[in-house]
Amino acid sequence: MDVAKTDFNDLEEAFQAKIDAEKRIEPKEWMPDKYRQTLIRQMSQHAHSEVVGMLPEGNWLTRAPTLKRKAILMAKIQDEGGHGLYLYSATETLGISRDEMFDQLHTGKAKYSTIFNYPTLTWADIGAIGWLVDGAAIVNQIALCRCSYGPYARAMIRICKEESFHQRQGYEIMMTMAQGTKEQREMAQDALNRWWWPTLMMFGPNDTNSANSAQSMKWKIKRQSNDELRQKFIDATVPQAEYLKLRIPDDKLVWNEERGHYDFGDIDWNEFKNVVSGNGLCNRERLKARVDAHDGGKWVRDAALAYAAKKAARKAEAA
Amino acid sequence: MTNQEMLFEYLLRLGDNSLILGQRLAEWCGHAPILEEDLALTNIGLDLIGQSRMLLSYAGEVEGKGRDEDRLAFHRDTQAWRNLLLLEQPNGDFAKTMARQFFFDVFQYLQYEALSSSKDERVAGIAAKSLKEITYHRRHSSDWVIRLGDGTEESHEKMQTALNELWGFVPEMFDMDAVDEAMVADGIGVDVASLRPAWDAQVNAVLAEATLKRPDVSWSVRGSRDGKHSEHLGYILAEMQFLQHAYPDAKW
Repeated sequence: MDVAKTDFNDLEEAFQAKIDAEKRIEPKEWMPDKYRQTLIRQMSQHAHSEVVGMLPEGNWLTRAPTLKRKAILMAKIQDEGGHGLYLYSATETLGISRDEMFDQLHTGKAKYSTIFNYPTLTWADIGAIGWLVDGAAIVNQIALCRCSYGPYARAMIRICKEESFHQRQGYEIMMTMAQGTKEQREMAQDALNRWWWPTLMMFGPNDTNSANSAQSMKWKIKRQSNDELRQKFIDATVPQAEYLKLRIPDDKLVWNEERGHYDFGDIDWNEFKNVVSGNGLCNRERLKARVDAHDGGKWVRDAALAYAAKKAARKAEAA
Repeated sequence: MTNQEMLFEYLLRLGDNSLILGQRLAEWCGHAPILEEDLALTNIGLDLIGQSRMLLSYAGEVEGKGRDEDRLAFHRDTQAWRNLLLLEQPNGDFAKTMARQFFFDVFQYLQYEALSSSKDERVAGIAAKSLKEITYHRRHSSDWVIRLGDGTEESHEKMQTALNELWGFVPEMFDMDAVDEAMVADGIGVDVASLRPAWDAQVNAVLAEATLKRPDVSWSVRGSRDGKHSEHLGYILAEMQFLQHAYPDAKW
């Protein structure tokens, strides 16, 4: 009998029992390596998405149409940077450094949300991102507030509060434009046309094609399936679009009384794969912007480290 | 100029300073050398935009021609802008952004400290509120000047170059013209010329700690109080004002 293996099985059983009892897993506790790796992948991807997500919105920061809108957008982008920072710290509790995570992002090993590979072409896109993209993120993140890994769940609780504020602001931009001039209404509709389907793709593949889902559900990293979350988002968003008198670009979208949900058309997963695999308009620019900021900023970080070392040495000398 | 017109002009100078520097900092968004600085630069930019909104709103009220903060921000051409030339200079590298920020933060702190006892209650209120923010800005930029100056050889050289390149924009901050003098006489404004020794003392102390040399350059430029700007301002405005100009009938 393999003693080590038995011990391992005991550990794993105890771990699963803890999860089944709805107890949170904390950083210093034993966890299966795959659980750790799954979380590192998911949480770092989440952190990267926050940081890369600053770019499409930053694209309009210098062109925001009023000072109030500029201030709101700036605060929102700052929040996102803060979420990134917070999530990197939470991921570090799993035994990976921020530098290692950056390296994975910059070499293409780690991903960020594909949605940010789409360009922000008009001011209405800033509204659509807040309304739809942040709206979808909230649906995902509310589910994650009950994630089994303590630091991630706590990060999500804090982040959700700010995200719901962002979503309201985005919707407010859309409302102003939808009630505005003919050109503004056209911009708002065009933004909805371009962002709707990519937003639905944010929830991931259909449940039947989702490779990692079953294990993640068992570990309670995930609490609801991709399709459940997607449906939740659609059900919440359709009335909001109707209120704006904007048309969601889906001919098959219809309320199903029997299901108590909206039916909707098929998602073009080839488009999703195409953009994920590098054929989005902004894939290269987004990544290059991050790499350039990091590489171009090395001398600044080096200087800060050198100064801190000098300061510490002087203090030691004086003592 | 009537007193009211002079107050309007004076408020524009203050508001434009904050807005143009805030706009410049917005350009850094997502490109800073470290994530913490992405947060810091947007935070400082946000403070500056906030200041400009209060000041330009008040300017519009004083003028009494129905112009609000956005009318003033988005519908003036270069020669109607009153921001210091220093603040419209391009970001350059991080050292240059920090040098620009440091020169201005030390100046703005002294200026707003004095303005917080202005006889104009509205000005005094804005200045007092902003002073808390500027205290943080000044600490942030001073810390970076010291870190970069006393960091590595490369950062030292970049920081020194940045200081040298921007030094000629410093004297303009302390210029006094008829508007400044009238505002001082009314107890509303600040005698900025009198702030120079305190500015020098603070800047010298930071430069000494940073092992940097106080620049010695033979040139200096001025003109913003009369609307004479560098070529850079036109591009800042072209970008910032684009939507309002492309869709003049729209409300945002």
